[in-house]
Amino acid sequence: MSAEERVLTGSHFMLGDHACAEGAMAAGCDFFAGYPITPSTEIAERLSNRLPAVGAIFVQMEDELASMAALVGASLAGARAMTATSGPGFSLMMENVGMAAMMEAPCVVVNVQRGAPSTGLPTLVGQSDMMQAKWGSHGDYEIVAYSPSSPQECFDHVIKAFNTADRWRIPVFVMADELIGHMTERVVIPPADQIPRVERKRPRHKPGDESFLPFLAEDEDLVPPIVHAGEGYRVNFDSLTHNEKGYPATFAEPHDRLVRRLVNKIRLHADQIAECEETFLDDAEVAVVAYGSTARSARQAVNEARQQGIRVGLLRLITVWPFPESKVRELSDQVKAFVVPELNLGQMSRETERFTSRPVIGVNHAGGVMMAPAPILDAIREAVR
Amino acid sequence: MSMGEIVAEGHPIDTVFRTDRLPHIWCPGCGIGPAVHAYAQAILESGIPRDRHVCASGIGCTGRAPGYLDVDSYHTTHGRAIPFAMAMALVKPELEVTVFSGDGDLFAIGGNHFIHAARRNVDINVICINNFTYGMTGGQVGPTTPLGARATTAPYGNYEPPFNLPYLAAATGAVFVARWTALHVRQLKKAILRAMQKKGFTFIEVLAPCPVGFGNPNDIGDALEEVWLYRERCVVDHRAHLPDLEIDLRHKDAPFVMGNFVDIERKPFDPLAMMKDQEE
Repeated sequence: MSAEERVLTGSHFMLGDHACAEGAMAAGCDFFAGYPITPSTEIAERLSNRLPAVGAIFVQMEDELASMAALVGASLAGARAMTATSGPGFSLMMENVGMAAMMEAPCVVVNVQRGAPSTGLPTLVGQSDMMQAKWGSHGDYEIVAYSPSSPQECFDHVIKAFNTADRWRIPVFVMADELIGHMTERVVIPPADQIPRVERKRPRHKPGDESFLPFLAEDEDLVPPIVHAGEGYRVNFDSLTHNEKGYPATFAEPHDRLVRRLVNKIRLHADQIAECEETFLDDAEVAVVAYGSTARSARQAVNEARQQGIRVGLLRLITVWPFPESKVRELSDQVKAFVVPELNLGQMSRETERFTSRPVIGVNHAGGVMMAPAPILDAIREAVR
Repeated sequence: MSMGEIVAEGHPIDTVFRTDRLPHIWCPGCGIGPAVHAYAQAILESGIPRDRHVCASGIGCTGRAPGYLDVDSYHTTHGRAIPFAMAMALVKPELEVTVFSGDGDLFAIGGNHFIHAARRNVDINVICINNFTYGMTGGQVGPTTPLGARATTAPYGNYEPPFNLPYLAAATGAVFVARWTALHVRQLKKAILRAMQKKGFTFIEVLAPCPVGFGNPNDIGDALEEVWLYRERCVVDHRAHLPDLEIDLRHKDAPFVMGNFVDIERKPFDPLAMMKDQEE
């Protein structure tokens, strides 16, 4: 490995956590602030080597509160900023995830999930932060969350996450899990010029233009252009409810206007943001909805069921948030039931239930062990019965 | 207009303020205003272009200060202005980054960030308005409330020893440490100018009246009386023994020691320092 190269083009046998780090490198991450936590620490370790070698910044912070605050500061100075953590750190980050949403500061958080709640199972897998990813900070806001099922997707999803963050001015999560983070598999890294890059929308106004309203979203996408520190715009960024000028406006009317925009910029464009992968769904009478490491077991179960003549398909979530609700609605007209395996006691299954009147069969384990294909296969058999 | 009347179109300091945001939220007699004025004056006199000044704050009465200044301003979450500002200073080292916040914000909820930023010697300035209380929420006890002082959550008097902020800042590594009051506007401005000149972590404590939140329950009366208290009891001693800088309201003859106590050089925080050392 040549430490001076941003993009390690080629085919690698790589740890999932390292692939997250290489995704950040390839995406042009300028700034990483984090705190050691199992099972995500390998991401920080790798970036502590890789970022300084290309002149970018790695800082190990005093805690995850500071890490997330630093991300927002770095982002608003113009940097592509990322951190990596697991459940306990994710909880601490929630405070400033809200600030990132409110100030519309693009940034990326990788959560390599472990068994929870509290300190839980530091070294063992879990998928129980899915609802926290969506609702973890107080208030109404929207985020996007990806869910990699392989080290290759760790690489791919971190790049997607940076682009989505910059496109919509939101915090974006990569909701990996311990199994994927600690799995070593083939990761193919494309040439640097084939790494997709979405740039932030910048203002048409020049600094000093009195008519410039930095938080006015003039475009259909509801995303205002972003200004960075030191550019001469002298904008006020506020964690308080603010008006289009950026000034505090702590009243009902501007509050409703701002929060609706923060939410609607994602909700109204969910169909263009949401991503999923469909396998064998064309003729399916049962749909398995799965994500992360559990999707690997689900694939095995679906293959075995198909061999037994059961018409079952797999809807694998690439984005867990936005949840591909229109796809689930569409499948509801076709399938008898949904099967949702996950390493929690029913989080995305609950979300699935919101968009269908068909039975949703959860296959659940609180975490600590990989979901085996067998109980998923049992649930598929039950669903067709 | 009568002949000979002099009408000032504006004050030079107006250019540093977002005058369209006035009037401000602070109570009559509050000490934050004079301190903001000293900071604004320092921005004008710093020789650093205004577009390179950044002001960040946390939450509370003092946290509102950056919003009134016509610079890049960031009103962040409670206690987190320091790591936010650190990141900004690292990403754009050409910026002159100042955190302007209150004692509760910086030393209770944000205390951990303060000591680590000082230890690292992050190149930011921290100006702390110390009014001995949580003003915004109505006068609760805080980490700088003097022993015995009354607060809405210390009705029998504060039983916790307060922080000695200059001692804390010096011990954790700040390269410039000063304490002034809202009365010492010229000394304060000079101290801020010195902080802006210095590379590394600088700290200035500003004792400021909060007549509503702190003065009233502690029989200090109005702001003028607290300022008189400063005037009578303040002693300037740049070479003061830092452990002796505690503020004790109970002993009427105990001095409030002011001064520019620390002015040293230390390598500022640079995450790429080891790479550069290897090249050398």
